[in-house]
Amino acid sequence: MASTILEMRDITKTFPGVKALSNVNLSVEEGEIHAVVGENGAGKSTLMKVLSGVYPSGTYEGQIIFRGQECHFKGIHDSEHIGIVIIHQELALVPMLSIAENIFLGNEHASYGVIDWDANETRTAALLKKVGLKEDPKTLITNIGVGKQQLVEIAKALSKEVKLLILDEPTASLSEKDSQALLDLLLEFKRQGMTSILISHKLNEVNRVADKVTVIRDGRTIETLPRKDISEDRIITSMVGRSLDDRYPPREPQIGEVIFEVKDWSVYHPIHAERQVIKNVNLNVRKGEVVGIAGLMGAGRTEFAMSLFGRSYGRHITGEVLLRGRPLDLSSVSRAVENRIAYVTEDRKTYGLNLIDHIKHNVTLANLSGVSSRGVIDDMREMSVANDYRKKTNIRASSVYQLTGNLSGGNQQKVVLSKWLFADPEVLILDEPTRGIDVGAKYEIYTIIARLAAEGKAIIVISSEMPELLGITDRIYVMNEGRIVGEMAASDASQEKIMRAIVRGEGKKAS
Amino acid sequence: MSTESAPAPQSGVAEDVKQGPRVAVSALTTNLREYGLIIALIVIMLFFQYTTSGTLFKPVNLSNLVQQNSFIIVMALGMLLVIVAGYIDLSVGSVAGFIGALAAMMMVIWPLGIFSNPLVVSIVCLIVGALIGAAQGYWIAYHRIPSFIVTLAGMLIFRGICQALLGGGSSVGPLPDSFKALSSGFIPDVIGPLTLIPPTVNAAGKTIVGSGLTLHMTTVVLGLIAVLAYAYFGFRTRRKRERHGYEAEPFPLFVIKTLVGSALALFLVFQFASYRGLPVVLLVMGVLISLFVFVTKRMTIGRRIYAMGGNAKAAQLSGINTERLTLLVFINMGVLSALGGLIIAARLGQAVPAAGLGSELDVIAAVFIGGASAMGGVGQVIGAVVGGFIMGVMNNGMSIMGVNVDWQQVVKGLVLLGAVIFDVYNKNKA
Repeated sequence: MASTILEMRDITKTFPGVKALSNVNLSVEEGEIHAVVGENGAGKSTLMKVLSGVYPSGTYEGQIIFRGQECHFKGIHDSEHIGIVIIHQELALVPMLSIAENIFLGNEHASYGVIDWDANETRTAALLKKVGLKEDPKTLITNIGVGKQQLVEIAKALSKEVKLLILDEPTASLSEKDSQALLDLLLEFKRQGMTSILISHKLNEVNRVADKVTVIRDGRTIETLPRKDISEDRIITSMVGRSLDDRYPPREPQIGEVIFEVKDWSVYHPIHAERQVIKNVNLNVRKGEVVGIAGLMGAGRTEFAMSLFGRSYGRHITGEVLLRGRPLDLSSVSRAVENRIAYVTEDRKTYGLNLIDHIKHNVTLANLSGVSSRGVIDDMREMSVANDYRKKTNIRASSVYQLTGNLSGGNQQKVVLSKWLFADPEVLILDEPTRGIDVGAKYEIYTIIARLAAEGKAIIVISSEMPELLGITDRIYVMNEGRIVGEMAASDASQEKIMRAIVRGEGKKAS
Repeated sequence: MSTESAPAPQSGVAEDVKQGPRVAVSALTTNLREYGLIIALIVIMLFFQYTTSGTLFKPVNLSNLVQQNSFIIVMALGMLLVIVAGYIDLSVGSVAGFIGALAAMMMVIWPLGIFSNPLVVSIVCLIVGALIGAAQGYWIAYHRIPSFIVTLAGMLIFRGICQALLGGGSSVGPLPDSFKALSSGFIPDVIGPLTLIPPTVNAAGKTIVGSGLTLHMTTVVLGLIAVLAYAYFGFRTRRKRERHGYEAEPFPLFVIKTLVGSALALFLVFQFASYRGLPVVLLVMGVLISLFVFVTKRMTIGRRIYAMGGNAKAAQLSGINTERLTLLVFINMGVLSALGGLIIAARLGQAVPAAGLGSELDVIAAVFIGGASAMGGVGQVIGAVVGGFIMGVMNNGMSIMGVNVDWQQVVKGLVLLGAVIFDVYNKNKA
């Protein structure tokens, strides 16, 4: 039996109000590919941040033992120093620098600050050969594709004499071919004796390369499966096996006729014009119905919603949107708002709120004409609107003059919701409406959604939390790689079914 | 400050209403910046009043002060919107110089006949200013070229055109008196002067200049109306808020504020009235200040500019056409730069190649001293105006004291840095 290279014991990491990890154990043997799987938000990335020192020693509980020594990393530098290198999902390369410059960034072959370019480039060439990348070391990062950039990242890791390579969703933005090449490379490294941790939720990939799989759910280790026990069914059950309790308000759906319909919606990537991000999506929502869109991160759900909402994402958008059977003009956000469509963003801080302004001004921003006449704002009317919505959505703040930047995530979300409720939409698209907010606030958001549906609005909820979709929606579409790969009534749906639809979709593509 | 700035503090009140028990404290702390700034201006004025042995507040000097600094304040109104929107405009000084040159050429050199009439020329110049703003704003808004770069180019381009128009280093003038009135004129006394103390007559039978006390009654009446309106509207807003159940600031604080503001305004009115009355340019400035306070505080377009500066993406996703809004902000800046250029030319009585040179820095400094954030989304019209006056009073006071121009710059730089440090410090504490 091989020796254990890494042992993480009873890792517990708490953020204000949230326990992200509780007593997680992970044991990795020398020379294996160890997969860590779990749903979005299960705690995989947090665990890796603990391991790589992004969260320094002392901010978590538990022990990290690497090659027999207990480690107390104060930062990434410490972990890299002893050979633990992590490659993040978002690549950390400088686009306008060359491959060689990127690989040795901060670690240049230099004497007295003068860089020895020949040495850098010779070593780069050797590293590129190792990862099977045929590019000139002088090529700028911006001129090579994402797949090759990923290889550059790996070459960069190799330059640091890596002993344990951690890949966080390495194939999330790669094409099938590039993904296969990357997995082959991992297997090749394994033959050479390197140990790697692969974080992924693409189970077919895990199935292909992993020697062991550790499943994490809700910040806990569920189990570690040896090679012989790895099967998609087993992993799925383990990933999602949690009971639905009464975390969702009861509702009695009153579902009417179809009011919102999207037909043959296709969208291309705004920069990589040849990449089709959304592929012929069809969906409909009925009056009073809550429809969910399930899928994994990067499935194209947000891109779909934003391309609908005033073409805020993508290029070459084709397809048709109908409201009560009539074609709808959604060519700009203001048109969309006029046509009573609202989109509540998944990223409230970046896209939803003016954080340096107070609640009152944020609430009325999408419908200023509702509190003004001839361009002059009626301060009193605005005030009562703001107070009204503050009560309706239960925003906890000292007054409507509190800056939204000082509110908690849940209350910020309620401000964004209030803004869109005041715009009085008929169709409301909610993108990850409960991301990053605590359980109590989640319940309040669910209650608001239920109330809106009861008022006869058509609601689309995009969520990566499957229990949430099962708990609050009437019907669920499953999206994967820009396609709708399944549709089911919420009453028939289960997390397994959704997962299966996703995996099947992926399997289809791979074959 | 004059009577016309009176409506401003009243609209300032609109924001500091708080519910809950700590009203007095919160009203004070939330508006600390605004109060602090006005108090700083008063302290600086009193300081120079003392060091110049009373020259600063002399009626003739107050008129000078206003006439010297009005173009800075006029342009600062536009700059405030530009900076709140999240941009910068470095071209305003050059545009002002160019417009001054254009106006002088149209009125003095080119044979335009009826079109060389000062009023026609002024209107044409304002339109040209709007076009310049649109040309620069177009690249910034629709092609996302950084405003710093576009307006830096504009700064070079329009200074160059200004000098070329004037034919190298020469100046063009004299400009017609009716045009000069824009800057150096006083409003006519339609009511007629009131002599309180007859001027002293010397032995030779001539009156001694500056003796006696004659009041420009139109100025006095206008001033009184403005002060009364200020108190009335302040009171009415307060009542309205109370009726709607929103607790206003504590009554004593309100009274003190209104009284101090009114007393200050009346004092300045009296000083102007005892000289030649209200300068025309002060009236123009007052109207513009009131207009911009109204636009930023009460109108949807103002609100949208703040939202865009605070978070452009969120504003866009709330249905705000940020491109068009950006274009409008720069058109507005262009018009006000043009007006600034006309005021400079009118004050000098001629167009010179260096007109407005470096004034963009004074304008930007005024806006930042006034509490605007370089990140956008934050800033008040009144802040920018007071910032402009702080710069103006320091210029004027130090000149009277005989401080070397080199050192004046050093002091102004330190005041700018100090004001911004004060802001950042305050923000971090909060």
